[in-house]
Amino acid sequence: MNLLEDIVVIDFSQFLSGPSAGLRLADMGARVIKIERRGVGDICRELYVSDVMIEGESTIFHAINRNKESYMADLKDADDLHTVKELLKSADVLLHNFRPGVMERLGLGYETVKELNPSLVYAEISGYGNEGPWRDLPGQDLLLQSVSGLAWLSNNNSNTPTPMGVAVADILAGTHIAQGILAALFQKTITGEGALVQVSMLESVLDFQFEVLTCFYNDGNELPVRSKVNNGHAYIAAPYGIYKTANGYLALAMGDILQLADLLKCEGLKVFTDKKEWFSKRDEIKKELAQHLKTGTTESWLSILQPADIWCAQVLNYDELMKEEGYKVLNMELKVKTSNGLEIKTTRCPIRVDGQLLISPVGAPQLGEHNEPIEAEFLSSQVALKN
Amino acid sequence: MKHLPLKGLKVLEFSQYLSGPSAGLRLADMGARVIKIERPKGGDACRQLAIKNMWADESSLLFHTINRNKESFAADLKNPDDLLWIKRLIKEADVVTHNFRPGVMEKVGLDYASAKVINPKIIYAEITGYGKEGPWKDKPGQDLLLQSLSGLVYTSGNENDDPVPFGIAIADILCGAHLVQGILAALIRRHKKGIGALIEVSLMESLLDFQFELLTTYYSSGEQPRRSRFSNGHPLLSAPYGIYETTEGFLAIAMVPLAKLAAALNCAALARFSQEEAFSRRDEIKEILAQFLKQHPAAHWLRQLQQHDIWSMQVLNWREMKAQEAYRVLQMEQTINVDEKNIVTTRCPVRINGERLFSKRPAPKLGEHTEKIKAELLNEAS
Repeated sequence: MNLLEDIVVIDFSQFLSGPSAGLRLADMGARVIKIERRGVGDICRELYVSDVMIEGESTIFHAINRNKESYMADLKDADDLHTVKELLKSADVLLHNFRPGVMERLGLGYETVKELNPSLVYAEISGYGNEGPWRDLPGQDLLLQSVSGLAWLSNNNSNTPTPMGVAVADILAGTHIAQGILAALFQKTITGEGALVQVSMLESVLDFQFEVLTCFYNDGNELPVRSKVNNGHAYIAAPYGIYKTANGYLALAMGDILQLADLLKCEGLKVFTDKKEWFSKRDEIKKELAQHLKTGTTESWLSILQPADIWCAQVLNYDELMKEEGYKVLNMELKVKTSNGLEIKTTRCPIRVDGQLLISPVGAPQLGEHNEPIEAEFLSSQVALKN
Repeated sequence: MKHLPLKGLKVLEFSQYLSGPSAGLRLADMGARVIKIERPKGGDACRQLAIKNMWADESSLLFHTINRNKESFAADLKNPDDLLWIKRLIKEADVVTHNFRPGVMEKVGLDYASAKVINPKIIYAEITGYGKEGPWKDKPGQDLLLQSLSGLVYTSGNENDDPVPFGIAIADILCGAHLVQGILAALIRRHKKGIGALIEVSLMESLLDFQFELLTTYYSSGEQPRRSRFSNGHPLLSAPYGIYETTEGFLAIAMVPLAKLAAALNCAALARFSQEEAFSRRDEIKEILAQFLKQHPAAHWLRQLQQHDIWSMQVLNWREMKAQEAYRVLQMEQTINVDEKNIVTTRCPVRINGERLFSKRPAPKLGEHTEKIKAELLNEAS
């Protein structure tokens, strides 16, 4: 049995944060029904990245929304709203990421929906929470990274603030809302009671920084200082970082500088005998190391460091990664097919259950693809009563 | 809060450092009782791992950040008496987590098959670096190394920069979060069907999942993601997406049609580009924009952009962020008392029934709860 078998999720969310949570729930066995606007649907359907389209469709929409159903509705239309409310009566979870106030205006706020279905788990993602001066601002990933201090943690110190090149605030907020939903569903299986679960992208991206923020809160509010060269983490001593070699790059995590000096035959490192200097003089140490590592190939350094159990690795791009047995053996790639025959290669759910991969071949739905079957299923009893 | 959703659940955490313990922290904050199983000598290695040499008691501030709201049971897994206690604990537990390298739990007889014999309904959750097979399985599961091997370091920074790692332990944190998802879903099934589960995640699979948009695009185009030459914000996104320097402060501008941006800024040079060129010519566009924005302070531009509903924000550091009303209303900070000393940390980011989840309970001393837990086990047995 799939972990979330028989769980029905009504998902009003768009773009990435909410839909990525829906995807996770779907992959663990829930039935996820996207509620999409008539005509256009999830705006992500039109979001083409990198000029890449799959037969005219957005690659990322397909990646995010596979394994879901689509119900098209105009939430401002009384009939459509009625149908959606019928769906909610028998659903387990409602998920949305509208800006504060939108669901209330549609008549789908928590208090209203709770009346319809007291055991429903009502989950919402906002950008900045439901109060305060930023509540109505767009909850967009880059902007969240920018206001949360996150942009000051990556890259070298002389560089301008550097955002993380993946939508990390969206993905974390989606991850956290999935956690909250699942915890509330667990409670619901025991008590039968629903819950309101809320996450904001700002709180998620602050939680993401909990280790370094806690340091900042308690060290007299000193700002993080990225290392001048080869920065890997603003708070970690040398050698932590990525280094250029004669033919590529080498990553070095935490390690003993004197041991590295011996192994790499790097004389310049031998003066750093005091462990405390590995942090306070990390720029000097890293410069020394960087000069030295340029003189050999990545493979030659790895052949010295790996047998000595030094935490190191080569640095791979996607082309190189795909060739590695260590990648292939994970079977991370997943082929899905949409109802109109479009085949897409994407990645699978990262969680394994009872030794099994969670694999579903179902592609993303066409807009409104499931209106008829859903109406037949959820409205039939209602219609029968009316008649 | 009256009744946290995971109240009554007992989690045994054999995990160390960040990935597994961050999962335990989330479960604890949502109401579970989390008991760290620690080596009598030294305990969780994170206790001795300090950043900026900051300590809360005999353990580091870092350890306290990750392990607040938990209990500690000291046990040497190679000692038969201790192992007996652990087996009794497993019998009473709902969840076990560990992040040892493959084979370690097998050696001490606490792998899933053995745990299942003791408690058939156990949810056994484990984190590895690279999975349990293949040439990388015994490599150290360390965050920077995972970022380097997974292609992630080619997403941040500009095109001509060396690979730029994320300055936070992203693999550890995501993997811990995925473990929580798997554990909770398995608990739901257990309640319905009465069966336990084995949940497995790896740092590598979590990082690949994290890059699912980039990877799906790569699989379909065959082209490696390319960072833009200036102000890279995301390799897949068109101009102007990125952070720009101004005469005072930095400005982040997200997705916006070029014509709309040109009009809002009154920038004629931008207006020459069509929307179709926003990706293919993004380097040129970003360079022009970067030059243009160097005329005025960020606050000036922000007023102009926000008037036109363009997605933009000022770039803040933590001090500037802390001064914002929008930060304060979140009440994201909480104070915890450790040995008469206050430490400030963050709370759980999930709110339930409109309430924030705070917990004042500090991280445990090594073995602080060993005797209490043994007494409980004896009570339950009698």
